[in-house]
Amino acid sequence: MSTLLASGVNDRFLVLILASAVLYGTPLLFAALGELLAERSGVLNLGVEGMMLLGAVMGFWAVQSLEAAGGVTLAAALVVAALAGALMALIHAFLVITLRANQIVSGLALTIFAGAAGLSSYLGNDLDLSGAPADRTFVPLDVLGLGDLPVLGPILFDQSALVYLSWACTLAIGLYLARTRPGLNVRAVGESPAAADAMGINVTAYRYAHTLAGGALAGVGGACFSLEITPQWVTGLTGGAGWIAVALVIFAFWRADLCLVGAYLFGAFSALPLLLQARGWLTGVPAEVFQSLPYVMTIVVLVAVSSSAAKRRLGAPAALGVPYVREER
Amino acid sequence: MRLERRLEQPRWLSVVVPIGSLAVAFVLMAIVLLATGHQPLSTYRTLFDSAFFADGALTSTLVFCTPIVFTGLAAAAAFRMQLYNIGGEGQFYWGAIAGVGIALYLGDRGVSSTPVFVLAMVAAGMLAGAAWAAIPGVLRAFFRTNEIITSLMLNYVAGLVLTYLIIDSKSYWRDLESFEGQTFPLGKSIPEEAKWPSADLESLAVPLGFGIAIVVAVALWGLYSRTRFGFELQVIGDSQQTARFAGMRLRRKILAVMCISGAIAGLGGASYEGDFAYQIDPTGLQASFFGYTGIVVAALARYNPLAVVPVGFLLGGLQNAGYTLQGADFPSGLVGVMQGLILFCALGGEVLVRYRVRVGRRAAPAAAAAEATSP
Repeated sequence: MSTLLASGVNDRFLVLILASAVLYGTPLLFAALGELLAERSGVLNLGVEGMMLLGAVMGFWAVQSLEAAGGVTLAAALVVAALAGALMALIHAFLVITLRANQIVSGLALTIFAGAAGLSSYLGNDLDLSGAPADRTFVPLDVLGLGDLPVLGPILFDQSALVYLSWACTLAIGLYLARTRPGLNVRAVGESPAAADAMGINVTAYRYAHTLAGGALAGVGGACFSLEITPQWVTGLTGGAGWIAVALVIFAFWRADLCLVGAYLFGAFSALPLLLQARGWLTGVPAEVFQSLPYVMTIVVLVAVSSSAAKRRLGAPAALGVPYVREER
Repeated sequence: MRLERRLEQPRWLSVVVPIGSLAVAFVLMAIVLLATGHQPLSTYRTLFDSAFFADGALTSTLVFCTPIVFTGLAAAAAFRMQLYNIGGEGQFYWGAIAGVGIALYLGDRGVSSTPVFVLAMVAAGMLAGAAWAAIPGVLRAFFRTNEIITSLMLNYVAGLVLTYLIIDSKSYWRDLESFEGQTFPLGKSIPEEAKWPSADLESLAVPLGFGIAIVVAVALWGLYSRTRFGFELQVIGDSQQTARFAGMRLRRKILAVMCISGAIAGLGGASYEGDFAYQIDPTGLQASFFGYTGIVVAALARYNPLAVVPVGFLLGGLQNAGYTLQGADFPSGLVGVMQGLILFCALGGEVLVRYRVRVGRRAAPAAAAAEATSP
């Protein structure tokens, strides 16, 4: 009975948009949370796009080559994706923390190295992953039996395990940064590494750990594309999502809860062109106008945020992008 | 092992370190190749052969490296003053669109003089690139918006514009008349007279664009190291605070540098069309990653415009060879891996320029302190 009642409402365009916003926002949320961790410790990592792509290709490879029960395979694929992302982040961490290299150029290098024309594409070709759909994918789970609820059902309760995992991560990272001792230490390292060092906090270890954790989350974010959204391997399938995630952290004033809001906002922008196409609406407008929406909106949102907040550098860790050298402080 | 800041940076290091970085990058690349079951030595041999040593390889390398030298100069112009314009890719597309557009237009108007075509394409390409770069420039100068993200986002938008012009519309740039054009979306070719000439040096054909790139490199070097404008840029790059106190106009300089950078990238797009492509090919343009390669070139050249030319020649040759060899022995993606490794090594090598590596026990602290404080 409830199914019959809900089906009408739940096919409404707005409900579909919101449900897709969550789906398309999830990779952005994972990646933005990862970047948040790295930036809170003072390390700017512009390699998110590259780490996501490597996570996507390695996660996809794991699903295609492992032969275990569905859930186990998918969980293992996420671990593989996270490891791949963390490994990429390790290169960046070594260059910028140990060797004190320019963080911006190193991040760009990481995106070139692992990105659409780099390692992810190489591995995709070499392991012959293109063309076939994923053997197993993350599918919507109606865990609470509330999936048929009008409006809220499809948006909140009929999503995949990845979506629920991203909520858990948001909550955990938000609490970690705001309410725990190590979280306080991270913030200290990001704001004033010299003071943190004087307090006896190991600045290098904190920066390494959080940059690597950030890479792992970016890898999982990439796997969202290859194991749920697309779900197959296509070279460059993230299409700039990593860069949008970097922008999201600025938009979210370096807060985990606002990362979630921003991710779903941009998820909606990404979903809109497909939904409009499926409905056959606005066919007179070139598809490219809608496809450029996430990119244009990223710029618009950044301008809106920066003109008012940048003067006070609201939320930005004070030592973001600055290498810490004990002898030179 | 400890790092000590060098008080003086010896000149020879700025030559030796990039060369050493390249060597280390090739060793690391060999490890990647071995790990994925390829023969590094034979891969390198075919790569260098088809880039530099085979018959006609140098000519095609010169053609292919020209756009990369331009995007490298564009990146060097901006990065040098800590303005991270990574929108070279999109600015390059716009230069190509404007260059082809003006050539088609002049062709329709009955113009048949090659110099007129070349001048018009150069001007149109530079203007279009500068205009596209002015967007992140204005946002950075007046709203303090991070230019890295805005310039990169605009690359995707410019890519969509390319797709729209040729695949999804019946635009002026699309070939709607020829048989091939009616069966498959194609760009309209520019008139025969609009194709840029090349100078023949024995068996080597030097494209006009390469000559222009060298002129631009020298001009940029002169602008940055021999003028007041360039001096002010250096100061701004080193410390915005100092520049502001000295009364330099930051916003204008930021905008000017972004526009110069964009104009050079746009000129690269126009030269790519005039020298080589002759029509807008949305997939080919987007698959070449000229703009991103330019960043690698600029970093390896340590943002010195004069060094960009040889570095661009080298990397352009390897990239060209990589694309021609693409197949089972040389999977696509290897070019990016190579460039990423080169960039990593160049960054790591930078440490050796700035710091001295001391191995062994800690030097007497008093001596180290005296060294650090003495002027």
